[in-house]
Amino acid sequence: MIEVLAPGPYATVQDLGRPGLAHLGVPRSGAADAPSLRLANRLVGNPERLAGIELTFGMARLLFHDGAWAALTGAPVDGPAGMGAPFWMPPGSELRLGTPAWGLRTYLAVRGGIAVEPVLGSRSTDSLSGLGPEPLRAGTLLPVGRPEGEIRADLAPPPGPRPAVLRVTPGPRDDWFAAGALDVLCARPYSVSQDSNRVGVRLRGAELVRARQGELPSEGVVTGAIQVPPSGQPIVFLADHPPTGGYPVIGVVREADLPVAAQLRPGDEVRFTVRPAR
Amino acid sequence: MIRPAGEHGLLVETGSLELSHRLDAALRAERPAGVVEIVPGPETVLVVAPGADQGRLRALLADVVARERGRGGARTAEGEVVTIPVVYDGADLGSVAVLAGITVDEVVSRHAGRELVVGWLGFAPGFAYLTGLDPALRMPRLDTPRTSVPAGSVAVAGPYSAVYPSASPGGWRLLGRTSVRVWDAAGDPPSLFRPGMRVRFVPA
Repeated sequence: MIEVLAPGPYATVQDLGRPGLAHLGVPRSGAADAPSLRLANRLVGNPERLAGIELTFGMARLLFHDGAWAALTGAPVDGPAGMGAPFWMPPGSELRLGTPAWGLRTYLAVRGGIAVEPVLGSRSTDSLSGLGPEPLRAGTLLPVGRPEGEIRADLAPPPGPRPAVLRVTPGPRDDWFAAGALDVLCARPYSVSQDSNRVGVRLRGAELVRARQGELPSEGVVTGAIQVPPSGQPIVFLADHPPTGGYPVIGVVREADLPVAAQLRPGDEVRFTVRPAR
Repeated sequence: MIRPAGEHGLLVETGSLELSHRLDAALRAERPAGVVEIVPGPETVLVVAPGADQGRLRALLADVVARERGRGGARTAEGEVVTIPVVYDGADLGSVAVLAGITVDEVVSRHAGRELVVGWLGFAPGFAYLTGLDPALRMPRLDTPRTSVPAGSVAVAGPYSAVYPSASPGGWRLLGRTSVRVWDAAGDPPSLFRPGMRVRFVPA
């Protein structure tokens, strides 16, 4: 059992989410920076799909009632063994984490995985729909599952910050925008707004002007979609995005760059670059 | 037309809800390799297939669309009709009657008088947009949405009706309530409604 003494600004349980249910109105959810959660799980010998803790801006304090192997990935915070290496938390020990040197979201995996009750096959907190466990707060008790598999990797040197550049596949609704809107998107950096969250990274910068007015009939949207509401200020959809939307999507961030988007902090600058669809 | 939606997604333009339903049903039956999500909308179907060969998938989707379009008016045979008993005592029943220029009884008989079709789901898990509403009941949303609408509320907005699957904020106009649970996260399937399904409201 792990007891949350302090969750930091925002912390949730996350696994790889609820794929395959978008047609029932269920967001995919899951770790915003999924490769970091997968890596943390591998470091403690877990299957990649097990649930860990996603911290936002670090600053959490966790009491390990039982001894457990653990690992930290994502936004780097000071921990007992640094980032990207498994460490042993003795019974009764406290893990105190500071603020990240860069990035926004830090992942903690525990050998055996966080074993809260799954909802629709996933233990993820979906901040949009409310499915899954409540966000962590002081006093939350998190059960830990029975370990399976073996610890194989003992070190995965964490990558440094990647440049804040998001590669974009145009469409599906780039033709709803004035000629050159994709050039405008890519011309100058956007800054990340305070009201960004697990649903999306809200950006401020050059306005993307529409060529077509009126409403787009609701349609399915993918993670990484750059949706443009009437304000003309783009939103990059992250894990908890609604499965359907009525604002046109000018382009979609490449999957490999979603972790970059998920690690953007309010106030950061980010650039887009277009690569043609295959 | 089939539009790219990122590296792994294709957005198929069907132009009609009926063709969206047919394509959705055909793809669910055939389950092309690698397909993870099939999301029908009023004029589109989004297909997400990480790892699938996009060129091959695009060709296959074009074939299925052509085939389903060619089948003419034949409805997707979602055999069963779901019956939803409704207690018509909603907070907006009176104002809907005034806006529609008809009596409250007539609001009820018009709402219950037609078979509706589940168009698509969105907004919240299990929230189905029910199409085919009597045109007299087409209403703008409330100017100020309610901060909480109870689960089971039966409501109208625009050309749609809906049953609130769980308590949530909402701007639809409330006609009544049902005891039928349309959403149960522990259920299999969790949602009573599926795109293409027929629905009939009956006064309880």
